[in-house]
Amino acid sequence: MTAIVEVRDLAREYRMGDERVPALRGVTFTVHQPEYVAIVGPSGCGKSTLLNLLGVIDRPTSGTVSIAGERVDQLDDARATEFRLRRIGFVFQRFYLLQALSARENVELPLAEAGMSTRERRARALELLEYVGLGRRERHRPSQLSGGEQQRVAIARALANRPALLLADEPTGELDARTGAEMIALFERLNRDGTTIVVVTHDEDLARAAKRVIHMRDGTIVDDVRVDPADRRVEPVGLAPEPHER
Amino acid sequence: MLATLALASLLRHRTRTVLAILGVAVSAAMLLDMVMLSSGMRESFRGLLLSQGFQLRLSPRGTLPFDTEATIRGADSLLAVLRARPTVAVASPVLGGQLHFPSRGATVTASALGVEPAVQGDYELVAGRQPTAANEIVANDATLRAIGHSLGDTVHAAAGYDPQLRTYSGERTLRIVGRVRFIYLALDQRAVALPIGTLRAMGGPASADRISLAMVKLRPGADVERERAALHALLPRVTVTSTAQALEQVDQRLSYFRQLAVILGSVSLIVGFLLVTTLVTVSVNERIGEIAVMRAIGVHRWRIVGQILLESSALMVIAAPLGLALGLVTARWLDSILARFPGLPERIDFFLFQPRAAWTALGLLVISGILAGVYPSWRSASLPIAVTLRQEAVG
Repeated sequence: MTAIVEVRDLAREYRMGDERVPALRGVTFTVHQPEYVAIVGPSGCGKSTLLNLLGVIDRPTSGTVSIAGERVDQLDDARATEFRLRRIGFVFQRFYLLQALSARENVELPLAEAGMSTRERRARALELLEYVGLGRRERHRPSQLSGGEQQRVAIARALANRPALLLADEPTGELDARTGAEMIALFERLNRDGTTIVVVTHDEDLARAAKRVIHMRDGTIVDDVRVDPADRRVEPVGLAPEPHER
Repeated sequence: MLATLALASLLRHRTRTVLAILGVAVSAAMLLDMVMLSSGMRESFRGLLLSQGFQLRLSPRGTLPFDTEATIRGADSLLAVLRARPTVAVASPVLGGQLHFPSRGATVTASALGVEPAVQGDYELVAGRQPTAANEIVANDATLRAIGHSLGDTVHAAAGYDPQLRTYSGERTLRIVGRVRFIYLALDQRAVALPIGTLRAMGGPASADRISLAMVKLRPGADVERERAALHALLPRVTVTSTAQALEQVDQRLSYFRQLAVILGSVSLIVGFLLVTTLVTVSVNERIGEIAVMRAIGVHRWRIVGQILLESSALMVIAAPLGLALGLVTARWLDSILARFPGLPERIDFFLFQPRAAWTALGLLVISGILAGVYPSWRSASLPIAVTLRQEAVG
């Protein structure tokens, strides 16, 4: 299996006045293609910080992050932006669609940024909207779509440039139970179709749907298990006891 | 897509955007007026001086270009010298004076110009014809109104009033053959023109063989400055002034106007700039989450900067035509007020519209619009993406 994400001794500290607050303390793990990993843990355990570092929208204090074989922890802004555009797909809790654009235009945005021609990007955007079940809603503005539909558009946008890695931060956090279940099904389908997914969540159902669950607490990984969906048997991934054990 | 987003951002709070556009339009109007004022009078003078094609003016040494009290002696020989020069196409003598007209028991006084009608460059005929005969005269509307006569009437006129003897040096009965508009005189200034010989005769010995001014039109291709220098050397009794020199003098006298225009124009520009900066900064603050998401999904920093700059420039570009139209209306209104300033030639405009002035104002507005977007775009482009998204999620 190809390693898509390789994280080594990753640490991130924030400054609060004169104080340094550690958000991540030496995290190490690898994600292979096409894994579906859920990162879970209590609020403030560092899972969103980890996701930001995987998404190259933040820089670690120390340690390394490689995605699809490329070191990304020290990229300058322009290269980090280009990397995010072409290799990372982001899905946010609050969808964050651009209200001024239609569903199709929202999906087209990263394609346009990547320099795709109008005709090509329109076709690709429609293909993706069909994939997430919104082919007939392409002209609708986000305000005309339900929460679940907006999140589907956000997923289509995240997949636009065929990313190596799809990152999702609490993707069901703003959805009701039924829509959340639909979203979980969509993520499973995406993964079955070959997309590597790392999702940060408090949602137990979403975490259960993943093939692997990383538990975090106080900025460290305290557990890393594979989930066998057939019999719901949980198998340890084989973490080294150090440095994650507290 | 960048344009769609910029437009959507402007349309998000329509009332606020419209108010900002109106504010910028007012400052644009003021800017245009100031640009027009800074060059308008100069260009207006230039147009006035060149309107009749005379490039050189000869006046008594040490006096203003036209002073009716000061005259050049030996006018006939001077004119002969001028007309003998191969570069001179036309030499037009002007003798300034005053004529008095009895009217309804009172006396109406008007400025009088003695000219050679065939070559004169002081007035334009509105109706009638040139005063070719010795007993003919042309007058402007202000004079005709004051003396209560019209074209075709015969009037009694006197010149050279001596207050001690209470007598005139000369009196004539003259026929009004033309209604004219004097180019260099104010609209309400009473003035007449008649053959120079008649005015000299009425002025008595003091006016004989004298002129106040000679205007010279050179042949095509002649070097004006070279001819001016040649005449200056040839005729030491007179001051020879070219149009360029006259404009320099006008420029010096108008420097206060220009300074005023530059200061007020700069203030207008700064007001417009601050309005747009404020609006765009507020707008950026309202959507930092959206901008952070765009950055997170791979939209480049320069693209965000471009969008914000497009928004600020669009505000200026939309406001500019409104402002330019408003500026033209206010300029015309202000000009009509200033045109009543005593003694100013009718044709002088304080606010002269020139395409260059409009382009200059438009250019300044667009540059100012781009600059107005620099701070908000810099701010939005340098947002820490992760921190902003977290704050937005909490908010």
